[in-house]
Amino acid sequence: MPLRGFGRNLRRANSGVAISAGSVAKPTPWNDPTARAYVQLEHVSKSFGDFKAVDDISLKIYQGEIFCLLGASGCGKTTLLRMLGGFEKPSAGRILIDGEDMTGVPPYLRPVNMMFQSYALFPHMNVEQNVAFGLKQDGVGKAEIKDRVATMLDLVKLGEFAKRKPHQLSGGQRQRVALARSLVKRPKLLLLDEPLGALDKKLREHTQFELISLQDKLGVTFVVVTHDQEEAMTLASRIGVMDHGEIVQAGTPSEIYEFPSSKFVADFVGSVNIFEGKLIEDAPEYVRIASHELDAVIYVSHGISAAPDAIIWVAVRPEKILMSTEAPGGTENVVRGTVQDIAYLGDLSIYLVKLPTGKIVRVTQPNTSRHAETITWEQKVYLSWNSSSPVVVTR
Amino acid sequence: MNERRSFFVITCLAFGFAFLYIPILSMVVFSFNASKLVTVWDSVNSPTLKWYHVLFSNEEILDAAWISLRVAVVNASGAVVLGTLAGFGLARFEQFRGRFTLNAMTTAPLVMPEVITGLSLLLLFVALEETIGWPAGRGITTMTIGHMTFSMAYATVVVQSRLASFDTALEEAAMDLGARPLKVFFVITLPIIFPAILSGWLLAFTLSWDDLVISSFTSGPGSSTLPMVVFSKVRLGVSPEINVLATLTIGVVTLMIVGVSLWMARANRLAKAI
Repeated sequence: MPLRGFGRNLRRANSGVAISAGSVAKPTPWNDPTARAYVQLEHVSKSFGDFKAVDDISLKIYQGEIFCLLGASGCGKTTLLRMLGGFEKPSAGRILIDGEDMTGVPPYLRPVNMMFQSYALFPHMNVEQNVAFGLKQDGVGKAEIKDRVATMLDLVKLGEFAKRKPHQLSGGQRQRVALARSLVKRPKLLLLDEPLGALDKKLREHTQFELISLQDKLGVTFVVVTHDQEEAMTLASRIGVMDHGEIVQAGTPSEIYEFPSSKFVADFVGSVNIFEGKLIEDAPEYVRIASHELDAVIYVSHGISAAPDAIIWVAVRPEKILMSTEAPGGTENVVRGTVQDIAYLGDLSIYLVKLPTGKIVRVTQPNTSRHAETITWEQKVYLSWNSSSPVVVTR
Repeated sequence: MNERRSFFVITCLAFGFAFLYIPILSMVVFSFNASKLVTVWDSVNSPTLKWYHVLFSNEEILDAAWISLRVAVVNASGAVVLGTLAGFGLARFEQFRGRFTLNAMTTAPLVMPEVITGLSLLLLFVALEETIGWPAGRGITTMTIGHMTFSMAYATVVVQSRLASFDTALEEAAMDLGARPLKVFFVITLPIIFPAILSGWLLAFTLSWDDLVISSFTSGPGSSTLPMVVFSKVRLGVSPEINVLATLTIGVVTLMIVGVSLWMARANRLAKAI
């Protein structure tokens, strides 16, 4: 049985950025080679005709996790989810859930439930009948069904709506009915296809946290498909970023954000400035990179592995760039530019700074005080960043 | 300007409705006529229910109505079952051998001249009787089969188009919750597409109820349907009873259409709200 609160522990453990930097704060299953995978994908592929929707994915998901599959539409994330649910049969590879081979098992025999993007509530049944449907199929006794449905509806705060039909509910309420219906059978694994996609922004934020606390309470392992990176960051214990049927990087939200393994991941998760360049000095402790886009030298305070002549890319997050009107000390990691555009977002402002080379750099600054609008359009500014901030990617 | 246009629109509407409904209305009025002559209004004794009494004591017409009703009900039920199966196959299975042929063959009766359908059915029934002895003679059975061949096409189209807009996630959700495919069909799919099946049934019923051509080809002695009796009566001159019969038919049809469209409007509203 899953431990209560295990999910939360998983999520807390990954709030330390330090994980991949070396110092492991808390043992997490994905860093523990002896940990038993709860869901295991072995070289799973799926083709539709000539099109490879999922291409040789191997992945381990651990008990109590919220694993998010993040990617643009058409990247294969939904196909992967549907294979876990049994709605698509893999063209190759195996899927194991809790140690059992589930590759060819039809959906109605899997210990897995799914929450559909459209919610797929049965329109001719009321809320109570919708939630009870799964238990009825299993031949659970009437009294127990009534009990479990009532408990579940209370859990999603829909007790008073039990007799309503789906069309009499709001979007948020329908989402909760769908969730209750998929959880009432106590599945080993819950699959969620864009669970919050149909909700408006405020409700979505609120529901994200409700979803996390519910998962915490029940200890069910979640696999979530989403194209919304913010949603993935909030919900996930780990994120698998997908592109063209492959998982290009899997890791905790902070790993994905701070240590993207490729240009694609850096660009897909959050916004980023990417400068193309070449190594000019390669030491184990540091590197110097010349970028024609910056017309400056970038100093990075950690070693990288790249071929000497290869083109590499330096990624710097907008919030990690400092902007000042006076020249900061030093000459490396400093560039000059002109403010071309400012977007005021309330909590922070986005500045687009044009460099002499024509490259536009995105900088965000928190609006810490009310009247501190010191930098304005057409102003000359210095941009600088800490030598530990850039991430160097080779593809 | 606006007022003038609305006046123009109302006039058009009035003329349109007059064109459509005055003949029917006059027929209804004349069904209460006392005169034996259909076109002469007997202002002394009218209105009267005389011809209603005559109609209800006319065994021939009552028998024919009963036959028509039986044929129509069996035909509609059979057509809906076949049509649902065909509609399902066509809507759900994108690719299979002979899909195009099946699609063309099920919808062909929609455009086939009835005389051809009727004649070919007659030839088929005769040939069958000679080779395997069934169906023995022509009558209600052959007529029902004949009606089914073309009304099934209508039922197929109705069910198929409903299934085209059916969210298959509903079926997947039911399977995901542990229901086997056959159960999913009866517990989820069927109740949801039921309005379409019902309208397919009504369509098939109506087609059968007023079919004359195919009935004439496939019926036998003693199995004349209502349209056949009416048609043969009219050839000898229109009797006021026919006015009564038509009035009653219109009454029943109107009630049915109003009832069903109210019910369908409600069902559609529910479906749209999802």
